[in-house]
Amino acid sequence: MSARVPERGSWLEASARARVAGLLDANSFTEFLGPEQREMSPHLSLFDLPRAFDDGVVVGRGKLGGRPVFVAAQDGRFMGGTFGEISGSKIVGLLRAARDGAAGDDAPRTVLLLLDTGGVRLQEANAGELAVSEIIRAIAEARRAGITVIALVGGKAGAFGGGGIITACCSRIVVSRHGRISVSGPEVIETNQGIEEFDSKDRALVWRITGGRTRWLTGGADRYVADEIRAFREAAMALGAEDAAPFDLFRLQAEQSRLEQRLQVDGDSRDATQIWTRRGLDEPERVGDMTEHDFVVLADREAPNHDAR
Amino acid sequence: METLSFSLRAERVLRGTGRQAIVGVVASGNLEVLAERIEDGTGCRVEVSTAAEGFGDVWKAVVGDFVERVSPGGVCFSINDGGARPDTVMLRLMQAARVLESAS
Amino acid sequence: MSGWSKARDARGERMSAAASLAKGKIVEAADATALLERLIRPGDRVCLEGDNQKQADFLARALIKVDRQKVHDLHVVQSGLVLPEHLELFESGIARKLDFSYSGPQGAALARALDKGRIELGAIHTYIELFARYYMDLTPNVALIVARQADRDGNLYTGPNTEDTPTIVEATAFKDGIVVAQVNEIVDKLPRVDIQGDQVDFVIQSPTSFYVEPLFTRDPASVTETQILMAMMAIKGIYAEYGVRRLNHGIGFATAAIELLLPTYGESLGLKGRVGTHWALNPHPTLIPAIESGWVEQIHCFGSEVGMDDYMRARPDIYFTGKDGSLRSNRMMCQNAGLYACDMFIGGTLQIDLDGNSSTVTPGRIAGFGGAPNMGADPHGRRHATDAWLKAGREASDGEQTLVRGRKLVVQMVETFGDKMAPAFVDELDSIALARKLDLELAPVMIYGDDVTHIVTEEGIANLLLCRGRAEREQAIRGVAGYTEAGRGRDRKAVEALRQRGVIRRPEDLGVDPLDATRGLLAAHSINDLVDWSGGLYRPPSKFRNW
Repeated sequence: MSARVPERGSWLEASARARVAGLLDANSFTEFLGPEQREMSPHLSLFDLPRAFDDGVVVGRGKLGGRPVFVAAQDGRFMGGTFGEISGSKIVGLLRAARDGAAGDDAPRTVLLLLDTGGVRLQEANAGELAVSEIIRAIAEARRAGITVIALVGGKAGAFGGGGIITACCSRIVVSRHGRISVSGPEVIETNQGIEEFDSKDRALVWRITGGRTRWLTGGADRYVADEIRAFREAAMALGAEDAAPFDLFRLQAEQSRLEQRLQVDGDSRDATQIWTRRGLDEPERVGDMTEHDFVVLADREAPNHDAR
Repeated sequence: METLSFSLRAERVLRGTGRQAIVGVVASGNLEVLAERIEDGTGCRVEVSTAAEGFGDVWKAVVGDFVERVSPGGVCFSINDGGARPDTVMLRLMQAARVLESAS
Repeated sequence: MSGWSKARDARGERMSAAASLAKGKIVEAADATALLERLIRPGDRVCLEGDNQKQADFLARALIKVDRQKVHDLHVVQSGLVLPEHLELFESGIARKLDFSYSGPQGAALARALDKGRIELGAIHTYIELFARYYMDLTPNVALIVARQADRDGNLYTGPNTEDTPTIVEATAFKDGIVVAQVNEIVDKLPRVDIQGDQVDFVIQSPTSFYVEPLFTRDPASVTETQILMAMMAIKGIYAEYGVRRLNHGIGFATAAIELLLPTYGESLGLKGRVGTHWALNPHPTLIPAIESGWVEQIHCFGSEVGMDDYMRARPDIYFTGKDGSLRSNRMMCQNAGLYACDMFIGGTLQIDLDGNSSTVTPGRIAGFGGAPNMGADPHGRRHATDAWLKAGREASDGEQTLVRGRKLVVQMVETFGDKMAPAFVDELDSIALARKLDLELAPVMIYGDDVTHIVTEEGIANLLLCRGRAEREQAIRGVAGYTEAGRGRDRKAVEALRQRGVIRRPEDLGVDPLDATRGLLAAHSINDLVDWSGGLYRPPSKFRNW
């Protein structure tokens, strides 16, 4: 066998800036409030913690397949990609700019949220909680204004806490195998409910419950992609080219009934393998271990098709 | 947190036309370096904000060697440090200089 | 009755006392403690099998429950003092004296117990040293061992994790000792026989499978640019220079980086087939890309690794496997191969002093030695030549002697600063201070400076073979010690002179640009990539997954 070195630009491994650079058309990105502006957290110094020049979030505009987009990217390596006063405000501002059709004739109709977050930053909890709420409101307003908001989840920190809720509020969700989407983190559940409820150290279990494959198969994501920046780009391009679905009462009711139905069918499951067994998959315990190719073949057959959200 | 500031004179102005570069990330054992051109001839500034206190002499030695090795005149390097080791600091400084040099 | 079979007679008495608890050789788990009370006598030497991987954990739990009136003051002679139960034996007075090799996770508890005088320490051995003493003056009276399966005749299948078992059983069974095995299951037909039934006296099926620690799995995702830089320098400046084909790697991240760079950087240097073909090595998952790329001809293993069984079963040309297809490891044999048949040991350490002595002892911890001191030592009994061995010998001799003997390459890879900015280069090893505090006769030194041939740090390679005299050696070490106090205390002129002579080689002297040392060079970026390289045969344990 020859040396086959995976040269593929892993999304998981990349920094927020590298993800943005690889996601958008080459050299099309213009950053707002870049690191040279030094808009840093006013709170972290009180805790004797180091700050980051961009507070862990990169925001700006660029082009995706020639179409203008707004983009916000969290870096999960800085403070777990958490929502603080500055980092949260940058995302809120971006979404409001999209809502208002800022940037004139060439105003982006798509916002890409590259989420990589453990949720609210504990050291600035009030500001962080407020930011999460404002982001949720801003997403709803943007979607009402006909903007498509796409969540891309495949970073180390996943999309937890407020990040999980924000993800669920988006028009479309793209996820990779490594991406996790949930509200309470595994450690939080274990701490509060006991190890019998959730063993946070059993990483295979954590990913079976919250990971990208399960999220996609249960309708919690619209696209499943390999852990490659290129694959995220292709998915985002395809979804961004779709017409924004109307965000109205009818759509929310459809989403509500989808979720109610899911709860009714699978609500008593203790593990994802039980859900696969119920679906009649041949080897339910192997879903997590399949190669990307085998999984995509399986998922094309099994993943629920819905136009809710 | 400790802040440190170094002003040195380099052999020559850093090559290339890049105006600004940011490399690294603020995380445990890591750091970010923001490099910006300044109007100061061959002067070079390094501004450090670090979580690891009491290593001023090590920083001084690393910065001194970096300036001698790369000669980054006319550049200010601003650092947010999460307690990186000297080899990582040197590597990030060199990476930042490389980005400025190779930018078109 | 002559006086020549006292031990055999004593064995007979113990066996009779225990007979009523057994059906044939099989004893119920509930009777384990009662069995041990009848088999073990005060003052016995007992080997409770446990090393850095597998553990006779059920028998350990049974032993701590014995009646202390019946069983006490044992002399524990075993590779690994790794479970909390092992220390409890001493706390409770069941055991008093200890000879061992490795304590890993119990290093701190062991240091405390020694400090409190709970343990009478014989010695901290290396693996083969302790095994050697099993056949000299530390032969076990009773061996409590662990296997995967047994049949009703007491034949055992130890499988991929055979490790120390044959060595322990040989010493015990052939010197009138008693062998008790805990097994995961009792079956009618074993896949293969690793231990003959007539060397095993009792078999107990344990309620849960024995514990195995995944010890050699290094996640490529955690390999740093600094480690990649060091790996590039080692490959170019040592593997290529000496043409090292037969070798042993340590278990740190720097050597894992080397394994991951062979099919990429090594390939670009044209080294395939010229270096790293034969290995004494545990089944490191990070070597999978090199194996799959055709670099490796053969590997013999000390032990196994969790998740690697199916992969090794599918690669019998590479690994030693039984007729059943599964790996056969053997620590004694592999240590011997590492000692006499390898041209190089390369591994990490925590501290190096200015004479090149190294230690992994940190304040308040005695982790023991394991096998590193034997791997990292020049065996003076070696009498066969290879190019690498002779080249090292010639460098050391300075061309002056008419009779040149070869040298084993002993390479220490260490980043100048460790966790929490702890300097790797120190004036005095922590182990020496600890030896003073605990009144040990011998300071626990992992590798002695006179055996070390090269030190690789991110600052460069110091070739100690080329140093003449202690002062030169000290400057060579300071010269690669970076920004540690030891490094900043170097004589700049002396270090520059050493560099001119090639004693110290910086990255640029080797044609390695530190900015090229990126993670893009790694053949695998994650555990997931290793699974892909293995074609799905490697099944990593849950703790290493992120999918």
